[in-house]
Amino acid sequence: MIRLLLPLAALVLLAVLPALVSEYGLGLLIGAATYVTLASAWALFSGQTHYVSLATVAFYGTGAYAVAVLNEALPYPAVLLCAALAGAAMALAVGLSTLRLSGVYFVIFSFGLAELVRQLITWYEVNVTGTLGRYIFLDVTARGIYWQMLALGAATIALSAWIGRGRLGMALRVIGDDEEVAAHSGINLARSKLAAFVLSAVILTLAGAITSPRYVYVEPSIVFNPTVSFLTVIMALLGGANRLWGPALGAVPLFLAFEWLSAHFPDTYPVLLGLLFIGVVFLVPQGILPAAEKLLRRRAEA
Amino acid sequence: MLTTTLILGLVLGGSYALLALGLTLQYGIARIMNLAYGEVALAAAFIAVALFQGLGIPPLVSLPGVAAAGYGAGWLLYQLMMRPLVARSGGGGRLETDSILATFGLLFLLQGVLLTAFGADFTSISYLDRGISILGVPVAANRLVAFGICVLAGGALVAALRFTRWGLSLRAVALAPGAAPLVGIDVNRVARQGFALGAALAATAGASISMYQTFSATGGVVFTMKALVIVIMGGVGNVPGALAAGFALGLIETFVATAIDPGLTLAATFALFLGVLLWRPQGLFGART
Repeated sequence: MIRLLLPLAALVLLAVLPALVSEYGLGLLIGAATYVTLASAWALFSGQTHYVSLATVAFYGTGAYAVAVLNEALPYPAVLLCAALAGAAMALAVGLSTLRLSGVYFVIFSFGLAELVRQLITWYEVNVTGTLGRYIFLDVTARGIYWQMLALGAATIALSAWIGRGRLGMALRVIGDDEEVAAHSGINLARSKLAAFVLSAVILTLAGAITSPRYVYVEPSIVFNPTVSFLTVIMALLGGANRLWGPALGAVPLFLAFEWLSAHFPDTYPVLLGLLFIGVVFLVPQGILPAAEKLLRRRAEA
Repeated sequence: MLTTTLILGLVLGGSYALLALGLTLQYGIARIMNLAYGEVALAAAFIAVALFQGLGIPPLVSLPGVAAAGYGAGWLLYQLMMRPLVARSGGGGRLETDSILATFGLLFLLQGVLLTAFGADFTSISYLDRGISILGVPVAANRLVAFGICVLAGGALVAALRFTRWGLSLRAVALAPGAAPLVGIDVNRVARQGFALGAALAATAGASISMYQTFSATGGVVFTMKALVIVIMGGVGNVPGALAAGFALGLIETFVATAIDPGLTLAATFALFLGVLLWRPQGLFGART
């Protein structure tokens, strides 16, 4: 019971927080909620299966761009639905062609995907529609964006928890441990991986769609910024990608640290990011949460 | 028209082939999936341009030095960064995930260093840009020089791997890293050599690309992506395969750029990759397992 009540109480607390903070504080809250959502959604697929997806921003950017294209033509809920469908279609195409093969093909494909989508959209806009760069005029306040993102983040974590208890979660964990064992125990490898990947991609796309009004002006080079993919991976890794709360735990402090770094060291910021990332891979490869669990267990045994 | 595409495509393909050769060595022998590979090539390109503009040293003269520096950098990278990962994985499948993550971090680190050192602008130099007529097609001399470098370096590598004892031990590690120690091969040393040699080839390719192409500090991902696709097409660790696939990609890209649209070259690369994945995931020249 407490495991359900505590997160719900925290959610209520987070939902009333905008009343207490300044405009700048609200911006930080939106950013933190966005990265908690992105990192949790990323871990939903990559954390369990160890299939490292480097394509977060391909989906995030697609979501944002879908809103930019459709925001004047359709009502808001329909726009979100279209964005989600676009993300799902893209994930299906990528998943169907690569997830049946060994993991490295998937990584390579995801590695270049954002750049591919960016170039394709740029080409299409320049040659067919003739409008590179679009404006988003939606009647959404910053608070509205925050609440939507909070809801999406909460839904992502709830969904991860629910999947983790079910057959799909079990299947994904076995796949992550040993794919051959998984195949022999009758798990449909391709279907399990595809289901988790598409779910994760839809959430990433929705996250991009929800934050897009914050950009106001949208251009492929703005919304397909590779730093988003990079931050998502490092946040999930730091917290512990195969734990339910790991990605959220990694996302909040790292997001604040990155905000501070980019404000105070704008020139050396990318270098610091790279160093931090390498540091995480070397020092806490499993993430903080599993490392802490191990430490506690050792204490208990001693 | 067709001859132009053919010749320009072959010249471009030469640079791609060279780029992919280094990557196939790093992945095939050292078993490191290096996502920062394109950044290493870009760093060499920037250094070659800086030497040319700052000190007046032409790229052709600085090339051996740049390649040697690439070897040294690769050696250091392997010792400092990859070796601990290899030791930690204990020969298991974890190395692949770890190396992907570590080099993904390295990618941003190197890109950050390049951005701070050289800025975000597109860079190019005019060096040996006199046209030379080949079969009636005017080709810039710098492209021909780059092509010559590729043929020389690629040919030398193929020969060395095929005919020397050193090449034999490299191939042995690529084929069976578990069994290589049984015949007295120091796997760690060979892996380090393979990785360093790969970095040297990346530097060579980068410096030769700087002679004729415009590039920017954020373009590394595209280089890596193209090299990866070529490696997969040729079959991992397959040097002649990588050479052939590199030429094929250069031809296809030039064809797409001239016949359809230059903005779609990366899409062509991906389409090719998708085709290989669906049709022959073991590589065009690999054996079916």
